[in-house]
Amino acid sequence: MANSILSDKRLRYFFAAWWLVWMLLQYIMLRQLNIDELHSVSDSIISNVLLAICCFFISNNMKYYLPRAEKYWYILVVSLTASFLWMLALQAAMWMIFPETDHYVQVIRTSWGIRFGAGYLLISSISMFSLLWYSQQEQKEMDKRKTESEKLSKDAELFKLRQQLQPHFLFNSLNSISALTGSHPDKARHMIQQLSDFFRGTLRKDEHQWNSLEEELKYLELYLEIEKVRFGHRLQTEINYIDEILSMKVPALLLQPVVENAIKFGLYDTTGDILIKLDATTEENNLKIVVENPFDPETSQPLKGTGFGLSSIRRRLFLLFARNDLLTIKKDKEIFMTTILIPQIDAIKTERVFVESNGKLES
Amino acid sequence: MKVIIIDDEPLAREIVKEYLKTIPGAELITECQDGFEGIKAIQQYQPDLIFLDIQMPKINGFEMLELIEAPPAVIFTTAFDEFAIKAFESNAVDYLLKPFSKERFEKAIQKYLQHQNSQQTQQVIEAAAQTPSQQNRVVVKDGNKIKIIPVNKIDYLEASDDYVKIVTAEGTFLKKRTMNFFEQSLSPYHFVRVHRSYIVNTQLITRIDPYEKDGHLLLLNTGAKLPVSKAGYAKLKEVLGI
Repeated sequence: MANSILSDKRLRYFFAAWWLVWMLLQYIMLRQLNIDELHSVSDSIISNVLLAICCFFISNNMKYYLPRAEKYWYILVVSLTASFLWMLALQAAMWMIFPETDHYVQVIRTSWGIRFGAGYLLISSISMFSLLWYSQQEQKEMDKRKTESEKLSKDAELFKLRQQLQPHFLFNSLNSISALTGSHPDKARHMIQQLSDFFRGTLRKDEHQWNSLEEELKYLELYLEIEKVRFGHRLQTEINYIDEILSMKVPALLLQPVVENAIKFGLYDTTGDILIKLDATTEENNLKIVVENPFDPETSQPLKGTGFGLSSIRRRLFLLFARNDLLTIKKDKEIFMTTILIPQIDAIKTERVFVESNGKLES
Repeated sequence: MKVIIIDDEPLAREIVKEYLKTIPGAELITECQDGFEGIKAIQQYQPDLIFLDIQMPKINGFEMLELIEAPPAVIFTTAFDEFAIKAFESNAVDYLLKPFSKERFEKAIQKYLQHQNSQQTQQVIEAAAQTPSQQNRVVVKDGNKIKIIPVNKIDYLEASDDYVKIVTAEGTFLKKRTMNFFEQSLSPYHFVRVHRSYIVNTQLITRIDPYEKDGHLLLLNTGAKLPVSKAGYAKLKEVLGI
């Protein structure tokens, strides 16, 4: 439910002052028309209190029914009716209190037009004001809901992208374990543990959306060990970094799919032994990760063939940083290089950057 | 029964080897870790049965089979490959999903012993060739070498008896396929069959001139000139939007 106008403290003072000024003006005017003190005071108080009550009802009514653009005539009709009722109520009240004051009755009779006009003006301005107020409230609520649902869908998408099930990897690993159970039960058990740790890692929840490079590299090692069991001597890996950057932040589970892509690409595009290299350095305020894998320039169509792996990473980077230039690829003779820049801004700030740019995208 | 295992993962070969030990009469001749080794081994040893993985380096299991004159009976082994499984199912060829049990393995062997026909293998190869992963390249034999041709490097295809000539900047290769097969599997916007005997890479067309009565003559930027039939010209007009 929208907040009513009077729920705002400043607006309450504003309306009180408005009505006081209005009463004062009415009192002055009546005095100028040679009405005595008592009549002037009671007339201005009663008429304005009645007017305030009318306005309150109209405004409150809009809290529950807000006319749409095509029904704005409703405001005019209601304001007119309210002004008319107000006039009647005022006349009745004054007549009951002061039944026999000649001069006052005279003045009241001749000034009904002006009074009606003033009352109508006031009531309709309050109506218009209420209309604007509640429309704005409604808009705000809608915006809030929209941002919330956008955030939800963003979270869901990120979660899905991170949790990309890797059936090929899973079933082949299970097959390796199956083979090991016969010949090397200890190794089989070890691999089951590694595989469990790996999949537990993919299930981590949102509160760890940002990890240190150190944690991510540990997770990566786990993955690489499993892959090495699968592919034996064919697969060699090399990870280079300096200790100072280990505390830098990385979106959770971002590196593993990049390396997975490089491994797939390397292993299936060549027949010999392959070396997968990962270099972590800093560049300006960014963490820079370069992953290298061999490929065959003659036969491969890397942009097509590995499309999914890298495009989902690019999408994740976009959702996190609202930038499309963080992932770049380069081909150098027989080496394929994937470079990822990870801006080092703290998590809260990042969140805001995202929401803002998201707003921009929507407009 | 001579058997060859072809799989790029050592442990995957290991388990087939282990299961095979208890099959009477089965003799494992050799194991291969990719399709190239597989082709050589099959030609050299003429096995009765091969266990073949689908996803392997450079050329996949299906592409390897395409390059063999008379492929032996095959039991496919794969971890997860929707398209391959579809190809198997539509052709009733046996396949093992990794990881598989010994019982399942024995059942596959039984099935092979009862049927022993390679007719089905041929059908699977045809079906698999229509899968997305295989539509963007063509694998051919060039003497003793194997060549992988990405489709965008094909200039044009020309019918030649039982074969199709694949003309590229690097030379001409032969593949035992029909023109109809290529017409269906190549992207219809990229390749158009302009003549009963020609399929052309539309991106290389530089000129189309009228020629003789109803025909046209096509000029490629490689200098090649190809005849265009009346029906071919209509298709070309539609694809090129002229």
